[in-house]
Amino acid sequence: MTTFLGSPTFHPGTGNIRGTESFPDAARKALTDTQLRANLGAATTTIRNKRIAAVAEVDDWEELRRAGSALKADVMSRLPELLVQFEENVTARGGTVHWARDADEANRIVTDLVRATGSDEVVKVKSMATQETGLNEHLEENGIAAIETDLAELIVQLGEDKPSHILVPAIHRNRAEIREIFLNAMPGVDPDITDDPRALAMAARAHLRRKFLSARVAVSGANFGVAETGTLAVVESEGNGRMCLTLPDTLITLMGIEKLIPKFTDLEVFMQLLPRSSTAERMNPYTSMWTGVHPADGPQNFHVILLDNGRTNVLADEVGRSALHCIRCSACLNVCPVYERAGGHAYGSVYPGPIGAILSPQLTGTTGHDDPNASLPFASTLCGACFDACPVRIDIPSILVHLRAEQVDSERHGLPGGQDLAMKAAGFVMGSEKRFAAAETASKVGRLLGGRKGRITSLPYPGSKWTGSRDLPTPPKETFRQWWSRTHEDGEK
Amino acid sequence: MNARDEILSRIRHAIGDTPASPPVPRDYHRDAASGPGNVELFAHTVDDYRAQVHRADESTVADIVTGLIEEAARAVVPPDLPLSWRPRGDVVVDGDPAELSTLELDALDVVVTGCTLGIAATGTIVLDGGAGQGRRALTLVPDHHICIVRTDQIVDTVPQAFQALDPTKPLTFISGPSATSDIELNRVEGVHGPRTLDVVIVR
Repeated sequence: MTTFLGSPTFHPGTGNIRGTESFPDAARKALTDTQLRANLGAATTTIRNKRIAAVAEVDDWEELRRAGSALKADVMSRLPELLVQFEENVTARGGTVHWARDADEANRIVTDLVRATGSDEVVKVKSMATQETGLNEHLEENGIAAIETDLAELIVQLGEDKPSHILVPAIHRNRAEIREIFLNAMPGVDPDITDDPRALAMAARAHLRRKFLSARVAVSGANFGVAETGTLAVVESEGNGRMCLTLPDTLITLMGIEKLIPKFTDLEVFMQLLPRSSTAERMNPYTSMWTGVHPADGPQNFHVILLDNGRTNVLADEVGRSALHCIRCSACLNVCPVYERAGGHAYGSVYPGPIGAILSPQLTGTTGHDDPNASLPFASTLCGACFDACPVRIDIPSILVHLRAEQVDSERHGLPGGQDLAMKAAGFVMGSEKRFAAAETASKVGRLLGGRKGRITSLPYPGSKWTGSRDLPTPPKETFRQWWSRTHEDGEK
Repeated sequence: MNARDEILSRIRHAIGDTPASPPVPRDYHRDAASGPGNVELFAHTVDDYRAQVHRADESTVADIVTGLIEEAARAVVPPDLPLSWRPRGDVVVDGDPAELSTLELDALDVVVTGCTLGIAATGTIVLDGGAGQGRRALTLVPDHHICIVRTDQIVDTVPQAFQALDPTKPLTFISGPSATSDIELNRVEGVHGPRTLDVVIVR
């Protein structure tokens, strides 16, 4: 059975947005990796504290958040006209616009464009859209080498690993592990290299320099596309973005249709919100903006591919559509107690953390209880930290609850599941005063199970379904009703 | 149906009769500039991200810039950099007689340019390829960038910068030297872009 999330015409997103196992299964494995937990814990704690300080410098932060949220809502309500306007402006300034219904179509367009240049190698700026479509693998199958140039992305590529974070894909690796990866996979690296981050960064510089200077084709994503002018913006830190956007003769940019903003001056909002939310900086070291082709300056062939790949499904859900407001800052990941412990790989999709938990299942739709993406809306404590951190005020907790309800509703037919039975049983017990009182008495058994540690860590089936992934606090010595009848001798009710 | 028409049709179907959004609240700070920006704040925010800040007046720019270039280093400048800003010594002019290739640029050590504006709130300089700034590759490939900012080019806020910029030009925003935070979220200056950024503020 497929859940179409309310839309009669559903076009599922394809590519790397669905894992192979459910979140609970994947997370259980990740939690046993103590190195991973130490690396993630240290990194997210660092960035959380820095972000709070960077945001505190801005006394109109809440006003900026509201403006950012309203701007994105405006974009979604006018998307067709803004996309057409964007296309006209890019074309008028010498660029070419392509449209891709899904990941496969986007990959084919890129491959054809690279082939047409005669090159068998492309340099890449880190891009979530190309991660989503699995472009690197597709290019490789077609005999084209894709070289990631962002340091973290390079660490992931050389380590034959998967990204674990939207912004810092190698957040799950510490310096010693990165040194090992470089020694194993980076040709010509000094065998005596230390694990000092600066030494490692310099090794990456030396490794990629020749590639940059000789590359003829580059592939990038885009942080923003401006409808009014056809301008594209890439926000980065290392200068690898500038290299890719400046030196090759051909530039191919893949962007999701939701990345548009109406006017150039609207960047004044997002360029304040994004750097402080993502890397906790007042401004990122480099931002490049280009509009079509600039004669004698930068790429002389410019293509932009507008990608749907399930985004129109997200748009069709009035509650869930604000997931498309996301500017990929990753602030929600860094504050999430679930992400911090489970890490990005457990989410299966290239979009991990709270935003991934609402975006991935909406992009792909879910095909029933065993669909890994059906488990994602449940991968949350609903603590609300992600909503507080989101620079464009995406109400992630409410969307999580909405998607949970849709998932439960979609499973109402057929045999009742464990959760249904538990809820029915609870309803039966709570429906009668006598039954409830009896259950309270029975809960004394729990105190025995809890013993002196005060926590029940394993129950027999079906209680084991609960205690398999969390402890149960022991019931109190006395319930409220027992206390009431003890202290109110007149039998008052 | 081709992909373009199909995607546009999908979107129209998805948004259906979604009502027009309410107006965007613009109550964040977006006052127009009321005179030159805060030079001291600009110097502080530039310095805070490990760029070196220097002060000069029109008559001392060339001296200051020359002093920032190491003895044996070779410098490149855009063709229209004001003569009074040009460092002394062995200086290559891009485009005179021909534009330098990427490999030729890679063999040079220092680039000296102006900018189109500076943002005090964030310590950012913006280049748009206009007078004295050269093409984008010029400020990217050499390892050391010396950028000259006149005090009358400094604005206070990010919104003031976007009001002043021309989106049809190739824009490069630079905030400190190249940096990465990809290893354990430690900031390391200097990866692929220029590893040294000197900002000379000219009164």
